[in-house]
Amino acid sequence: MKKRDLVIVGGGPAGMAAALAARAAGVQDVLLLERDQYLGGILNQCIHPGFGLHHFKEELTGPEYAGRFAALVAEDRGIEVSLRSFVVKLTKDKELSYLRPGALEEIKAGSVILATGCRERTREMIPIPGSRPAGIYPAGLAQKMVNIEGWIPGRAAVIVGSGDIGLIMARRMALEGMAVKAVIEIQKTSRGLVRNVVQCLEDFNIPLYLRHRVSAIHGRDRVEKVRVVKVDDASVDVPGSAFEIACDTVLVSVGLIPENELLEMAGAEIDFRTNTPVAPGVNLTSIPGIFACGNASKVYDLVDWVTRDSELAGKMAAEYLERPEAADR
Amino acid sequence: MKRSMTCIECPKGCRLEIDADGARLISMSGHECSRGSLYARREIEAPVRTLTTSVLTRGLELKMLPVRTSKPIPKEKIFEAMAAVKSITVTTPVKAGAVVATDFLGLGADLIACRSLGKP
Repeated sequence: MKKRDLVIVGGGPAGMAAALAARAAGVQDVLLLERDQYLGGILNQCIHPGFGLHHFKEELTGPEYAGRFAALVAEDRGIEVSLRSFVVKLTKDKELSYLRPGALEEIKAGSVILATGCRERTREMIPIPGSRPAGIYPAGLAQKMVNIEGWIPGRAAVIVGSGDIGLIMARRMALEGMAVKAVIEIQKTSRGLVRNVVQCLEDFNIPLYLRHRVSAIHGRDRVEKVRVVKVDDASVDVPGSAFEIACDTVLVSVGLIPENELLEMAGAEIDFRTNTPVAPGVNLTSIPGIFACGNASKVYDLVDWVTRDSELAGKMAAEYLERPEAADR
Repeated sequence: MKRSMTCIECPKGCRLEIDADGARLISMSGHECSRGSLYARREIEAPVRTLTTSVLTRGLELKMLPVRTSKPIPKEKIFEAMAAVKSITVTTPVKAGAVVATDFLGLGADLIACRSLGKP
């Protein structure tokens, strides 16, 4: 089994910031594993502006923000980047197995940083009754389809939930010529940033229905319409308030779930309500020497703060590698 | 006429109280930085937005290249700009920051590549 000082799982903003900060703090040998074919993670599909106002003091798009870090990572001879590399196993002794094209690698790490990000909550997690036609997508998946793959998901869309990704996608689909009929939010206020309600919905005259929920999705093969009902302050349906919206696409933007299956596999304590590590402080897990940063440790609303905290994770891993016995006690 | 608006310059989203006479800003409050006052003035006089979208590529490693305008363009020109973007196909490798289309739409704004793309 090969030995490596620091192994970082995930090459998005969190993993890249952690890798660079660990190097700056004196770690000689960093292995950065990324399952996609590029570094950058979800930033690659976030082609809208709004990133970097704090970290770079200028407004960048997602790919630009990622590109600046990827360039620094590429320049650093102490960071080995392994793309198309998917970690399938992690033990509490920091032994990792990962698949890369043509090989299963097994390594023993001195320290591990998990920067694995989030996945999306799906339709199944906010039970919406009705049929199960084609045309229902998590908002982030639709974002990847439009921005990376160049597919338009449909002609007329309704968005369930007013998270930032849903709001950004409302604008994106409107720009691409789709009719965005409505954003439906069960809470009293939008879950997303106010600026996104303004620049993504109001700019494009897209109605936001607060205190409403989608009570059913109808369609034979493809989505044909959704049924929407008003709810009161106790989230109970208001009788007689239901109406229908014709559409062929439904985007679901109802939150993110940190991906911590590797940490769970290693036997660390996980809060299964939020799927985040149970730990005494930021970036820590219940296993000394295994750290979690970025959206895997908690869901952030700004990448600038992911960078700031992940840099700290890189520094913490460097300190651990220097004196592991201090943390193991 | 007095009204309020939300500044969209940064994620803070300050609530601005505006007093304007048609397209002329008389007074404002609620902004926490100078970007906010510039935003309010523009929003009253002539609203602008930075357009970000993606353009089709041919023969490059990804099908779509993310792009943005080099400076904000008039808000009412956004859909015209989108139509123009759809007529562009990028066929040669680009570096992040490269100009994909110069003086796009005659508005004085270029279309800029937001990432590098090479041959597959």
